[in-house]
Amino acid sequence: MNYYLKAACNLLFATAILLSSCKPKNAGSMVSGDAAQKTYVPPGKYDEFYDFVSGGFNGQVSVYGLPSGRLLRLIPVFSVDPQDGYGYSEETKPMLNTTHGFVPWDDQHHLELSQTNGEIDGRWLFANANNTPRIARIDLKTFTTAEIIEIPNSAGNHSSPFITENTEYVIAGTRFSVPLGDSQDVSIDSYKKNFKGTISFLNVDKSSGNMSIAFQLLMPGVNFDLSHGGKGPSHDWFFFSCYNTELAHTLLEVNASQNDKDFILALNWKKAEEYIKAGKGTKNSCKYAHNIYDEATHSSHSEILNDVLQLDPTQFKDVCYFIPCPKSPHGCDVDPTGEYIVGSGKLAALIPVFSFTKMINAIKNKEFDSSYAGIPVIKYEAALYGEVKKPGLGPLHTEFDGKGNAYTSMFLSSELVKWNIKSLQVLDRAPTYYSTGHLSIPGGDTRKPNAKYVIAYNKITKDRYLPTGPELAQSAQIFDITGDKMKLILDFPTIGEPHYAQAVEASLISKNSVKFYKIEENKNPYVSMGEKATKVTRNGKRVDVYATTIRSHISPDNIEGVKFGDTVYWHVTNLEQDWDVPHGFAVKGANTAELIVMPGETCTLKWVPDKIGIFPFYCTDFCSALHQEMQGYIRVSAPNSNVPISFSLGKNSTDIPATPGPSK
Amino acid sequence: MKKYLILGCIIIFLWACGGGVRSVPDNSVASSSANAASNTEADDAKGIGKFTHVDLPVTIDKSMVMAGQKTYDLKCAACHHLDGTKLVGPGWHGVTQRRKPEWILNFVTNTDENLDKNAQAMSLLEECMVRMPNQSLSDDDARQILEFMRNNDTK
Repeated sequence: MNYYLKAACNLLFATAILLSSCKPKNAGSMVSGDAAQKTYVPPGKYDEFYDFVSGGFNGQVSVYGLPSGRLLRLIPVFSVDPQDGYGYSEETKPMLNTTHGFVPWDDQHHLELSQTNGEIDGRWLFANANNTPRIARIDLKTFTTAEIIEIPNSAGNHSSPFITENTEYVIAGTRFSVPLGDSQDVSIDSYKKNFKGTISFLNVDKSSGNMSIAFQLLMPGVNFDLSHGGKGPSHDWFFFSCYNTELAHTLLEVNASQNDKDFILALNWKKAEEYIKAGKGTKNSCKYAHNIYDEATHSSHSEILNDVLQLDPTQFKDVCYFIPCPKSPHGCDVDPTGEYIVGSGKLAALIPVFSFTKMINAIKNKEFDSSYAGIPVIKYEAALYGEVKKPGLGPLHTEFDGKGNAYTSMFLSSELVKWNIKSLQVLDRAPTYYSTGHLSIPGGDTRKPNAKYVIAYNKITKDRYLPTGPELAQSAQIFDITGDKMKLILDFPTIGEPHYAQAVEASLISKNSVKFYKIEENKNPYVSMGEKATKVTRNGKRVDVYATTIRSHISPDNIEGVKFGDTVYWHVTNLEQDWDVPHGFAVKGANTAELIVMPGETCTLKWVPDKIGIFPFYCTDFCSALHQEMQGYIRVSAPNSNVPISFSLGKNSTDIPATPGPSK
Repeated sequence: MKKYLILGCIIIFLWACGGGVRSVPDNSVASSSANAASNTEADDAKGIGKFTHVDLPVTIDKSMVMAGQKTYDLKCAACHHLDGTKLVGPGWHGVTQRRKPEWILNFVTNTDENLDKNAQAMSLLEECMVRMPNQSLSDDDARQILEFMRNNDTK
């Protein structure tokens, strides 16, 4: 008997006996083994959660799987993406239109999944753009940007895009106040007189999801930082953290950190809605872009709108109230019951927890300190439930587990802190690496958290991964929170600079995922319904190429008659009708990007040839064994040439071949 | 002797680990080759899919031919000529004599499984070297395409 065979069998046998228990008996002592087991998603298996993570300064949204931390997709939203032609194709260019023209980049901070009855419904994902104020809606059937609306009278669109419990409204509040109206050329030191904040309420159509600005509240020039909608009993209210109550306009680092307390704004949006319905709003002119992507035509359309309905809440005594909150509050988070509002004063050594019931009573009993810019200020103690003492340094954001506990990120002391809402006692601390900004629990800002994990999005990475020069990927860390203590189970690098994130059970979204677009339903005006419909047409100096792709050729693939000075529009229709069979398209010298065309979709690349000669074009997305053969040529002739427009596929020349091939 | 020893070891191994680890995805190579080996020639001739017995009327339905032509132009013509010449895939002339109607219907509606498991489809793949795309035809689309092929074969 073969010695090696025997040895192999013995090994197999021994392994089998070891595995027969299937779980290590002593999991507690094997911390790393345990963590690996908890985050390991075997090849071919799916993650349990989608994690939608804001891209910060990359202007995109990335999608990871939890608990593996695997990157699943990058969704271009506010930034062009040469990788798939977003913002380069004629169909998607209008998505990035604004009143400042085409804006190819933004700073994307916060995400909110649409909700019904305070629970995530898996339909849409809302995203804010901080720099050129906009709100986007991402369709979770296709993981593409479906709509972008510009927010007028806004700057630093930071306390956005948070929503009310039934996605009645998406909210957009200003971090930077600016002068409004016609005379905006004012001296900066007239800040207190001329600079205003605004809070916009965007209506969301229940079936299409289309957004429109329902109304806008005119606010004092404080900085609105973050916000969250009420829940259950506090359904009608929205809460915002405010800093710079000093109304500083220079060296805010110092000058906006003077006051011992800033504010939480409590805003009764139902009342505001009533006043608007009663005709108390004023229509003021302002310009903003509204861009919608139409899935039927695979094209987007941009429209500039001209006015917005505004309401001055100081004219009505029951819309807005300030609650004092120490000290330059950042996060403003409402617990799943809707009773507790947590303000995280980033410079405070405590976390104040406000009671909605107490706040309502304080309003009823007029327990006011004073007023600020015409808005009543509720007495701190009258609205306060209690304070979490010595929670850590630099509390920023809080999420909830639905079991009565809160988790707060500590930027300065680099840790997550778990505390009980009722007792206000700190229960656990876990160090993070390093300087956590946002944190997120699946459903952690809804009525029904699914608190299996908390993910820390860290601002500083330093030595956590192999060095990659001065610039490092931002780190995220997953903690298992199913037990009493938080357990770090995975570090994973991220793209851009994540701020807020939203995680949700995968099944809620994966079941609706579109696999391809039905070619019969393609209403793009430049579609080619089959190869027979492909053609090249000239209209003055404009040449339209109606092309199709299918494994593995482009029709037509020999084109002549284009002249220097022409503008060529390549309308590429992908005839494939199966999942994950996109074709790419690129032409030599194009100073834009490629197209990636999904099955059943039509995309258009505008190309202005810069030379006379022959330009190859080809499929850029490896599609089949004969992908390398998926190519063609276009000839560009002199402006005065008389080469007629011609196009063909499969008509090989009958000339003597340059190199002899096999005879047929 | 060697054979039994190996088999024994594998059985013990599988028994020890319990279920779960053995599950194999449907479209994996392992399961497909096993199935292909057990297929009979009759199965090969009809292809794999829901169409196990198709009765075709003698006369050709002209309206179905027209509908089939539309689908052909949109989804098939890029790779298949109507005469006997090969483009990317084989020319269609004579296909209804070469293949049983069940095979045609199964192949165009259940393309990937047939390309993985059906001997006739597999040998076509070896010949053409491009996997026929699954063009997501409904049962009606497929039937109309078949009628269009039958009509094409009368020419």
